[in-house]
Amino acid sequence: MEIKKTSVSGTLESSDIMITLEKGNGGIEIELDSSVLKQFGDRIKTIIAETLMNEKITDVHVIAHDHGALDCTIRARVQAAILKASEEE
Amino acid sequence: MNNVKNLSDSNKVFYDLKDAIIKSGLKDGMTISFHHHFRNGDAVINQVMSVIAELGIKNLKLAASSLIDVHEPLIEYIKKGIVTKIETSGIRGKLADEISNGLMKEPVIFRSHGNRAAAIASGELNIDVAFLGVPSTDCRGNANGFSWEEECDLLCGSIGYAMVDAKWAKKTILLTPQLAEYPNTPSSITEDQVDMIVLVNNIGDPKGIVSGATRYTKNPKELLMAEMTAKVIDAVGILKNNFSMQMGTGGASLATARFLKEIMVNKGIVASFALGGITQQIVEMHEEGLIKKILDVQSFDLGSAHSARNNRFHTVISASQYASSLKTSAVNSLDVVILSALEIDTSFNVNVLTGSDGVLRGAIGGHPDTAAGAKCSIIIAPLTRGRIPTVVKHVDTMVTEGKYIDILVTERGIAVNPQRKDLAEMIMKAGLPLKSIDELQQMAEKMVGCPKPIPKTNRIVGIVLNRNGELLDKVYQVLEEQ
Amino acid sequence: MKLLRTMMFVPGNNPGMIQDAGIYPCDCLMFDLEDSVAQTSKVDARYLVQQALLTIDYPQQLVVRINDPYTRQGRQDLEAIVPCQKAIIRLPKTETASDVINCAAIITELEKKYDIPINQTKMMAAIEGPTGVLNAREIALSSERLIGIALGAEDYVTSMKTTRGSGEELFFARSMILHAARIANIAAIDTVYSNVNDEEGFINEVKQIHQLGFDGKSIINPRQIKPVHDIYVPSEKEIEKALQIEAAIKEANQRGLGVVSLNGKMVDKPVVERAKRTIALAMASGALKEIL
Repeated sequence: MEIKKTSVSGTLESSDIMITLEKGNGGIEIELDSSVLKQFGDRIKTIIAETLMNEKITDVHVIAHDHGALDCTIRARVQAAILKASEEE
Repeated sequence: MNNVKNLSDSNKVFYDLKDAIIKSGLKDGMTISFHHHFRNGDAVINQVMSVIAELGIKNLKLAASSLIDVHEPLIEYIKKGIVTKIETSGIRGKLADEISNGLMKEPVIFRSHGNRAAAIASGELNIDVAFLGVPSTDCRGNANGFSWEEECDLLCGSIGYAMVDAKWAKKTILLTPQLAEYPNTPSSITEDQVDMIVLVNNIGDPKGIVSGATRYTKNPKELLMAEMTAKVIDAVGILKNNFSMQMGTGGASLATARFLKEIMVNKGIVASFALGGITQQIVEMHEEGLIKKILDVQSFDLGSAHSARNNRFHTVISASQYASSLKTSAVNSLDVVILSALEIDTSFNVNVLTGSDGVLRGAIGGHPDTAAGAKCSIIIAPLTRGRIPTVVKHVDTMVTEGKYIDILVTERGIAVNPQRKDLAEMIMKAGLPLKSIDELQQMAEKMVGCPKPIPKTNRIVGIVLNRNGELLDKVYQVLEEQ
Repeated sequence: MKLLRTMMFVPGNNPGMIQDAGIYPCDCLMFDLEDSVAQTSKVDARYLVQQALLTIDYPQQLVVRINDPYTRQGRQDLEAIVPCQKAIIRLPKTETASDVINCAAIITELEKKYDIPINQTKMMAAIEGPTGVLNAREIALSSERLIGIALGAEDYVTSMKTTRGSGEELFFARSMILHAARIANIAAIDTVYSNVNDEEGFINEVKQIHQLGFDGKSIINPRQIKPVHDIYVPSEKEIEKALQIEAAIKEANQRGLGVVSLNGKMVDKPVVERAKRTIALAMASGALKEIL
């Protein structure tokens, strides 16, 4: 899939992560802030990147605000954002 | 100021804090102490420290019963070398962040309430000048956490921590906004312990006592844990006439009181006493005849503060009577205590001091004292908080040793310390979901994953003493990301 | 025998509630992709529920309420949820038997596509309006996928030009749904009681629908679980009778008899079914620890 427009999925509630996908600059860039950055920052970035690559997305700018989301929630939010970003206006 | 004769008589009364501090002989290198009965509403520490700063006194040891968000201005006094040592039961807020990041050269010494009382009494912790805010005192220093003269808005109920300081400090200075008629008795602090009384505009805001934590929870997860805890207490045979208990102030712990009450009413059981930090919930049970006596070292909300004045058998007790390990104290007569945990490990060791990021954010309080004293100590804690596991392989900081903890209740099962096979058997017989602590730890890990260990430097920022005053654990400075 | 005393609604776009839902002792969880999810969040909720089904172990029976399968949202919901093979599909606002049949046909396609045994995916139909109530019997008998029908009263009472009250306004709808469910031999689940703080009103309503014969109640808060389960505890007399029948069944089986008899009288099939249900209820409530 391809990022055709900016999309958002998720909320700023606890246990959630808000994912914003924007057109990239030639690679996967992830900007993450998280309430558990020290403990899980790397893990969260890995999950985001994996989910993007599973959908063959390699050119995207990701902004993620995490409030302690579990892996399954992170995956779901990225998948939803991908679907929304790939839809035509 | 209705007793002018006594007032003019008394050479104890001062109108200027500065005069009183000078008269006290406070000098560089001495130890000053404070209580935290107004919790986040406290106005005494910041007020006293600003005058001390003005007087140019330096290098002080500050021994407060606890430090809270409102005490953030201490950061400046530490930076200026006015305060160079701290002893307390807990630190929160910005001050805690800064100390975790290495603000102080000397590590903070963390003592439980019981150990603080014992250390003060034994002379291990020598207080030169105690500054104690009191809602009421007469001109001689008979003081209380409320006013006998009228039901007054300015109150904090128990002044149990202050009672220890007043008794043992070389100089005791009370701060109060107005004088009560002599004699202000019965009184928690008595005039023979008091050197000076300073009239100040403000000692604290009682609204600051109530933290969000002491409200009755509607959180379904907390209610689930509370109901389970009440069932556990019932299952292990504690609920007999004249049993005794202490409840924490967390949402789940407070809700447990409600469920317990139901069982007590159904079975016609009355408790002999409730101990500790006291809440409105406990007061209601007392007033309904379900708890004969309340022993109150700290009133956790305004309801309990008023009750300390109004209910004959709601007694204010000192931290020493509460939990000191020197002789016996009330904790030794507890049947059951319900406690919280930031972390609990597979050896049942508990951390209530440092957060998952390694930063100081809590207080030891009476945790190790009550856990050690009570016949049955129960930790109530969710298996995970957000993405942070509560049940872990090793706690970040050990505050209460696992040997004192009997039962852990989580929303996903109950674990019993292997040394208490008797309890495990009863819990299993009652059909409650018993698991091993290792199973619970693995469940937590499966849900949230394994957090990366927090990088620390080798610099010690805190020392945790056990309730006998021996070294239990060290808190290290958190390594800031480059 | 799987009980359906309590079916708890869980909003589909709330990760905190979804990840904790497994801890509550309700019989069934219903993840909602429909009314509790804003139009702009439909995609988000769908993926969230799908991921939860795939990763979290829930001890309860699971149901997912999808959007109208005639719409794109509803079809995509089915595409996402059916392949997980974890949840019963709940069809909203069912008006006619063909609503169920059409949805079942889409499910069949998906089962073929994902190599899932045909008819493995079960369904539940929610009846939420007067047309559906009058068609209850045909709806209940429309598909072998159906394991139950549920009343959704909020829209229904509005259509009937009334509001929720003490139960008279729902008596006809409840009776229709119950009769239909009993004819089709599937479960009948009652509607939600939305004032969580009115415990007394809730208890009265549960007593009413328990007496009518409903298998259980839809609930919106974990606090509503215990009151329902308490009301669904069978009496000691019922349990004793059920145990006697259970023993008679065992004896008949051991002796290779096709007919169960107790105290010299033949026991009818509905009575046998009822005894089994009583025992299941008694075990679930803890009133009965084990069958001796």
